[in-house]
Amino acid sequence: MIDSADQETVIVMTGVNKWFDDFHVLKDIDFNVRRGERVVVCGPSGSGKSTLIRCINRLEDHQQGSIVFNGVELGAETKQTASLRAEVGMVFQQFNLFPHLTILENCTLGPMKVRGASRAEANQLAMEYLEKVHIPEQGEKFPSQLSGGQQQRAAIARSLCMRPEVMLFDEPTSSLDPEMIKEVLDVMIELAETGMTMICVTHEMGFARTVADKMIFMDEGRIIEEGPPEEFFANTKNERTKLFLGQILSH
Amino acid sequence: MTLRDAEPALLPPDSNRRVKWWNSKSFDVAQFVALSGLLVWLVWRGAQTMDYRWQWHRLPQYFYEVIDGEFLWGPLMYGLMVTIEIAAWGMLLAMIIGLVTAVLRLSGSFAGRVVSTVYLEVIRNTPLLVQVSIFYFVLQPILGINNPIWTGILCLAFFEGTFASEIIRAGINSVPRGQWEAGTSIGLNRTKTYIYVILPQAIPLMLPPMTGIMVNLIKHSAILSFIAVFELTTEARNLIGDTFMSFEVWFVVGPMYLVLTISLSTLVAWMERRIRRRR
Ligand SMILES: Nc1ncnc2c1ncn2[C@@H]1O[C@H](COP(=O)(O)OP(=O)(O)O)[C@@H](O)[C@H]1O
Ligand SMILES: [Mg+2]
Repeated sequence: MIDSADQETVIVMTGVNKWFDDFHVLKDIDFNVRRGERVVVCGPSGSGKSTLIRCINRLEDHQQGSIVFNGVELGAETKQTASLRAEVGMVFQQFNLFPHLTILENCTLGPMKVRGASRAEANQLAMEYLEKVHIPEQGEKFPSQLSGGQQQRAAIARSLCMRPEVMLFDEPTSSLDPEMIKEVLDVMIELAETGMTMICVTHEMGFARTVADKMIFMDEGRIIEEGPPEEFFANTKNERTKLFLGQILSH
Repeated sequence: MTLRDAEPALLPPDSNRRVKWWNSKSFDVAQFVALSGLLVWLVWRGAQTMDYRWQWHRLPQYFYEVIDGEFLWGPLMYGLMVTIEIAAWGMLLAMIIGLVTAVLRLSGSFAGRVVSTVYLEVIRNTPLLVQVSIFYFVLQPILGINNPIWTGILCLAFFEGTFASEIIRAGINSVPRGQWEAGTSIGLNRTKTYIYVILPQAIPLMLPPMTGIMVNLIKHSAILSFIAVFELTTEARNLIGDTFMSFEVWFVVGPMYLVLTISLSTLVAWMERRIRRRR
């Protein structure tokens, strides 16, 4: 299925609804992401932010509406789903590195087993990205031997090794000690500067101001505000957004 | 006795205090020697009153013989090797059966879940001896198997496969959900996620309980003497039929099983330590 939207739009969500049993998590979501756009999603806990981005790489499926990725409509799990996922990188709050593999092996697994790269090619690619996240010297270690910040940067490198078109971040700094948050955010800012399309669920408003092209505010499964960060921070008209911003910015 | 007298006994042993003689190591050993001595004496006395003629000297030839300078294994060694063969093949098949049923049960497929549940319930809730009989008298002719050893191996594998399935399922379930998500998010499909992400983490957890299955296979293989498989117990029974040395033979065959099972557990414990060291 080819969508008529122009080439520059990577993700088009139209009228998306999702339920967990009878709990309505996502309500009438309309949402577009252009190539190279950096979107920051925020909102109170339980508002459906994780579910929204997990629908994009099919960790969750939706029941109503359509999600079109690069002109292909995402539906029920098929053979293509796995290869689609390879085009979308995902960084988790809990890192989810593979504990039985070294950092280098974490990074080479996807390229070798999904893309069919040789070990030499995969190693070279992995080293390139480990350098980009500033931990080239940690390749031979196991995840448990790294600090939280290093683990999260390794997880970012692991995703980048698949050369994805879009990177999704689900609260990547929420389980980090304060002194490690900056090293991860810096890597994400550098990534944004390369022109990567990014959707970040985060409450780091400094980061949002620096990189976001578009802010999204979610509440109770709905996108209730969407716009450029200047507008969003300076003069939001919405009471809930104001309340929420007041809460997190006072931290 | 007052409460105050009782109190010290409730406290953990105090290293400063002298160990009481009945808690000492040497008394422990003495106890063990005395008990074993008593056991041997009981057997010996029992044999005496039965007028049993011990013939230990006749036993070695049933392990091996040298005839005309040629070395030949005896029936007990052949039996032992058949037992090992049954256990080894049984283990391999039980693991495959266990893995398939565990994955079927964890899959979304309705048919898969029904098949595996029926298999597990039927095997678990019927006696092993009845299963052996059904395999031997019904399935062997139907499937056209012409060697009862394979009937026996298949039967034991299906029996132990139920336990293997449970162990594998528990092992797979103990790998956190985030590992599945990370695997699929880099584009691995279900099978590849199992192979490269889930199983390598689950297998070290499965090893200790799997040893239990291997030990059971060695022990339960004795039941196959019922269907004329020439494993250790069958050889022992035949030998007793020929020589009437029932005491000597059973006193030797029992420890042979023990040596087999204990060395196996030791080997697996060593393997497990090696795998863990890689973290
Ligand atoms: N697998 C699930 N099954 C049932 N309910 C879920 C599941 N995942 C999330 N939820 C519920 O959906 C709501 C939205 O969750 P989530 O998308 O994780 O919110 P957020 O990321 O904004 O905190 C929450 O109320 C959560 O309890
Ligand atoms: Mg969340």
